[in-house]
Amino acid sequence: MLRIPCPHCGVRDEIEFRYRGDASVRRPAGEAGMEAFLAHVYERANPAGWHLEWWQHAAGCRQVLKVRRHTVTHEIGAVGLPGDDLPLPEASA
Amino acid sequence: MLRYSGFRLAYEALRGHRGWGPAWRKAAPKASYDVVIVGGGGHGLATAYYLAKNHGITDVAVIERGGIGLGNVGRNTTIIRSNYFSRENIRFYDFSLKLWEGLEADLNYNAMVSQRGALNLVHADGQRDLLARRANMMRLEGVDTELLDKVAVKRLVPLIDTENGRFPVLGGFLQRRGGTVRHDAVAWGYARAADARGVDIVEQCEVTGIRREGGAVAGVETTRGFVGARKVVLAVAGHSSRLAEMAGFRLPIETHVLQAFVSEGVKPLIDLVVTYGAGHFYISQSDKGGLVFGGALDGYNTYARRGSLPMVEDVLAAGVTLMPGLGRLRVLRQWGGAMDMSLDGNPIIAATPVTNLYLNGGWCYGGFKAIPAGGFTTAYLVATGAPHPLIAHFGLERFRDGRVIDERGVGPYAWAH
Ligand SMILES: Cc1cc2nc3c(=O)[nH]c(=O)nc-3n(C[C@H](O)[C@H](O)[C@H](O)COP(=O)(O)OP(=O)(O)OC[C@H]3O[C@@H](n4cnc5c(N)ncnc54)[C@H](O)[C@@H]3O)c2cc1C
Ligand SMILES: [Zn+2]
Repeated sequence: MLRIPCPHCGVRDEIEFRYRGDASVRRPAGEAGMEAFLAHVYERANPAGWHLEWWQHAAGCRQVLKVRRHTVTHEIGAVGLPGDDLPLPEASA
Repeated sequence: MLRYSGFRLAYEALRGHRGWGPAWRKAAPKASYDVVIVGGGGHGLATAYYLAKNHGITDVAVIERGGIGLGNVGRNTTIIRSNYFSRENIRFYDFSLKLWEGLEADLNYNAMVSQRGALNLVHADGQRDLLARRANMMRLEGVDTELLDKVAVKRLVPLIDTENGRFPVLGGFLQRRGGTVRHDAVAWGYARAADARGVDIVEQCEVTGIRREGGAVAGVETTRGFVGARKVVLAVAGHSSRLAEMAGFRLPIETHVLQAFVSEGVKPLIDLVVTYGAGHFYISQSDKGGLVFGGALDGYNTYARRGSLPMVEDVLAAGVTLMPGLGRLRVLRQWGGAMDMSLDGNPIIAATPVTNLYLNGGWCYGGFKAIPAGGFTTAYLVATGAPHPLIAHFGLERFRDGRVIDERGVGPYAWAH
């Protein structure tokens, strides 16, 4: 069971949250071209290690959070607001 | 290869079963091969077998980091069927079903292929319309399917609570040729048959890098040294992204976990595969008597093959809603498998941006039933350099061209497929 510390509500169980995917994906500029949009919509790094992702606290404050989580150990490294910059640790293994 | 037969069984029984020997050689990797297949799961082994059998290519190694049968091929809920909606998918999966029907004779191996029927339940009028449309598509392709009313469902599976208040059962959608197959036996049977045709099956050997020379693949770095190859196939189920990264490109894939469960063994209770569409739950009974069941993905990227508790609760709740009698049973075991979830929910069997490097992956949670056809068509692709007509729609370019196959219309969200 994941326990996610919501900056607004405190530590809550994963069942209160809804996963919203990879938070490192950035929408390219309008004129960036086919390949950039292909990568944006479909291509993923899918690391076995630290991963930046969106979680919505759907059954709580309903805010969208940015979470740094390890996809092998499930450790939660950091939780922030959408605009926060959560640095990834150097070695992402 | 020692042929298995009733006579052989009787003969060995009289000699105290001392004459069997291992089913395949423990091969050490050679310096190089025509084809190296990374991943000794169902798709990798089947690809090796059909390369040798259909195309006469026998200078082949299957390189597996663990042991044969310990990946998803031995972790799934063993369901086979071809009840898809899109014409291309019906054709591909029904070709697979036909191969399953002849597989045991072909491999000389008992994989316990059991066409006991696969039943999808209907809980709403809209769902019935959708399934009727799917059934019509299947009939147009000459594939068997029947729509059942509630009484017929109740007669087939008395354990189902058709009157449950939340999702009453209105009927069902039955493919009698669907069913189950002993999953480990599929891996062992293909491994033995590929080995008999000269394929090297190299276990306990992890691929750690992919060597390229001028845009083309040259071989693989492994924990047992470099192995050269003219062509390389990636068939690593949940780890395609990791191998693609070694080769310098990204895929439309995320890795997610799916769990499975087995109850204590009981007398025959359910003699087909039942799928509960409203709650996402499916169940069948193994030949040992345990009820095998599962549900939805845990729902977030993970490489941990254990599964989370909220989904355990979800699956058990759905099961007990559908069949209240299950509440009397104990769950014996639970496990998870890390799978490639592609962003349109469909597999990828294709050439990659690296010349002579091929991918068989993105199977999501439906790739077991596809093993014979996946191996057959991957072998064709590798041998001829062109996709077999049955997999023309499984290419990587479909994402760029806007021709994704989204059977359920949920968009590019891996966890939603
Ligand atoms: C719980 C669960 C239930 C499922 N139920 C069904 C079902 O009922 N019906 C159905 O059709 N499908 C089902 N599936 C999906 C199906 O099991 C998979 O799609 C299919 O087995 C994947 O292909 P595979 O057999 O080749 O994979 P695997 O058996 O996983 O083979 C891949 C192999 O690659 C190896 N590997 C990975 N990385 C490396 C490396 N770097 N070097 C060397 N080797 C490597 C792995 O060790 C593994 O053995 C289910 C999956 C799960 C997890
Ligand atoms: Zn909150």
